Amino acid sequence: MTVDAPPSWATTIPHEPGVAKPDPILVVDGVNRRFGGLLAVDVGHLEVQRGAITALIGPNGAGKTTLFNLLTGFDNPDSGSWRFAERDLSGVPAHRVAHHGMVRTFQLTKSLALLTVMENMKLGATRQRGERFWGALLRPLWRGQEKEIEERADALLERFKLSHVRDEFAGALSGGQRKLLEMARALMVQPELVMLDEPMAGVNPALKQSLLSHVKQLRTEGMTVLFVEHDMDVVYDISDWVVVLAQGRVIAEGPPAAIGANPKVIDAYLGTHFAEGGGEALGELGPDERLEVDQVGLGEPLTPGGAADA
Amino acid sequence: MDWGLIFRSTGQAAIGPDACYYALAAAGLNVHIGYTGLLNFGQAAFGAAGAYGLAVAVVTYGVSFWAALFIGLLVSIVLALVLGFPTLRLRTDYLAIVTLAAAEIIRLVVRSVRYTATLGGTDGLQAFGDAFFRLNPFDGGSYTPLEFRPDQVWLLVCAWPLVVVVLLVTFLLMRSPWGRVVKAIREDEDAVRSLGKNTYWYKMQSLMLGGVFGALAGIVFAMSKQSVNPDDYGTRFTFTAVAVMILGGTARVVGPVVGSVIFIGVLQFLDVFLRQAIDAGLIPGWVPIDVNKVAIIRLIFVGATLVLLMIYRPQGILGDRREVAIRDR
Repeated sequence: MTVDAPPSWATTIPHEPGVAKPDPILVVDGVNRRFGGLLAVDVGHLEVQRGAITALIGPNGAGKTTLFNLLTGFDNPDSGSWRFAERDLSGVPAHRVAHHGMVRTFQLTKSLALLTVMENMKLGATRQRGERFWGALLRPLWRGQEKEIEERADALLERFKLSHVRDEFAGALSGGQRKLLEMARALMVQPELVMLDEPMAGVNPALKQSLLSHVKQLRTEGMTVLFVEHDMDVVYDISDWVVVLAQGRVIAEGPPAAIGANPKVIDAYLGTHFAEGGGEALGELGPDERLEVDQVGLGEPLTPGGAADA
Repeated sequence: MDWGLIFRSTGQAAIGPDACYYALAAAGLNVHIGYTGLLNFGQAAFGAAGAYGLAVAVVTYGVSFWAALFIGLLVSIVLALVLGFPTLRLRTDYLAIVTLAAAEIIRLVVRSVRYTATLGGTDGLQAFGDAFFRLNPFDGGSYTPLEFRPDQVWLLVCAWPLVVVVLLVTFLLMRSPWGRVVKAIREDEDAVRSLGKNTYWYKMQSLMLGGVFGALAGIVFAMSKQSVNPDDYGTRFTFTAVAVMILGGTARVVGPVVGSVIFIGVLQFLDVFLRQAIDAGLIPGWVPIDVNKVAIIRLIFVGATLVLLMIYRPQGILGDRREVAIRDR
């Protein structure tokens, strides 16, 4: 697998925090969230390009998940606003956010254990007549729609290779299968923007490859993907653009290759280990220290671009 | 030992008014706890809402019985809204605390001296069901080998079909997409919100529906006694209903009826059986059981049985073992 060349817009715009994108689907302005004395999120300006895969990286506690929670209505900011697809979504409750075409997944997978895989999927469909109290009592009102939804769900299960567990309880699936199910279920909403919170966490390498191709497939189908991830292989492999968050602020933005070489990012997040091939921080070390750094590292040093070759 | 009496008495209890209204109360709790995961520990409050809504409307305000029935149900819906509004946004444990406390507050307010003129105080209210019993087509004499009184037969003939309707509504809702949303909320509310469902409103609907079932239980209870009394709607009402629901099998449509018939039947069987055994001298002298202790001993027995059930069959009589296994994963 080779890494796709970055899209042309990513190379032509400046690689700096808050940079304007040619066709943004999500525009965040001055969003602040304070937990007691801690300023968890303090994003001045951030744009997410439509139809691209944007990675949100940063150290633990940088505010990535909090930002997700704010944007999807699961938490309320102290100040700030954001627009999604030209609509102001600030203050819109979580359940209405999905209707606007923005759907999220969770860091800890939320499969609905005592519902079957198929029921999990069908739950994702919006505007169901049978979900209204009085309508629910009269099956003829919703039987046709239910059938359509089931066909759509079956197609997605086929694509995510979950057809064989269609009628199992979701609680009986493996951790990886639950990740797949959660992503497939989110697609039942037919979103424009999919927000994935650590989609690859705790997933074995083979399944990771399959998840990666699913995420790329979303982009091919014209969806926008914003995802939080710690696995830099994944970030380098699939993202068109990377946003780095540290202590609640956007400290850097750019295509993956530029991010890997950015001294601020190396300092705050990647560590000198990732700087091989252009990082200043590593360059400042003497040859012996350089060796030490490599020994301390958790595996092969990553070079932007070649890491995910299998 | 008069086995004829023992079985007649057991059968009478198993299909009698007690089994009937506990089935209704448990059906309501099944919607709350079993399907939606709303820990309602104040089902007695909904029972009281139905019973007192009816009785106060008829006795104090002179409303016709039939209109008062709807007032009873309306009061329970208002109660669900009042309890749900502040608590349904919070975690489900808060609902447990609030409902438990609210039920006691309502009981204490109803029995207070201050409102005796309206609510009847500790004496309760009587003679609100005359319009219903005037329609009784059954005359004197005993019906069936179980020897119910005519007015009891009339009540049961009306109340058990009501149970069937309640179970039918539960069945229709729980197989629908509405039921799917509600069950999903029980599993993980945030996941359901992220998929675009207004979980707050679904929980409110569930609270109202189960509350109306609870109000029907209270009404049948009141009609069977032909009186309402505040202390009938204490925590014992709620926890008996919870026990009935668990015994039958949580989140099973007919679980509440199976649980109720067995629970009330066994309770009555033990009562009569133990009394008969003591009278017949079958209990050896060293066992400290006498007729005065029977009422308590049967509860101890039932309690111990429920403990054993939870250990060896946690899914209840109709439940599915697999579901419990997945929950524990």
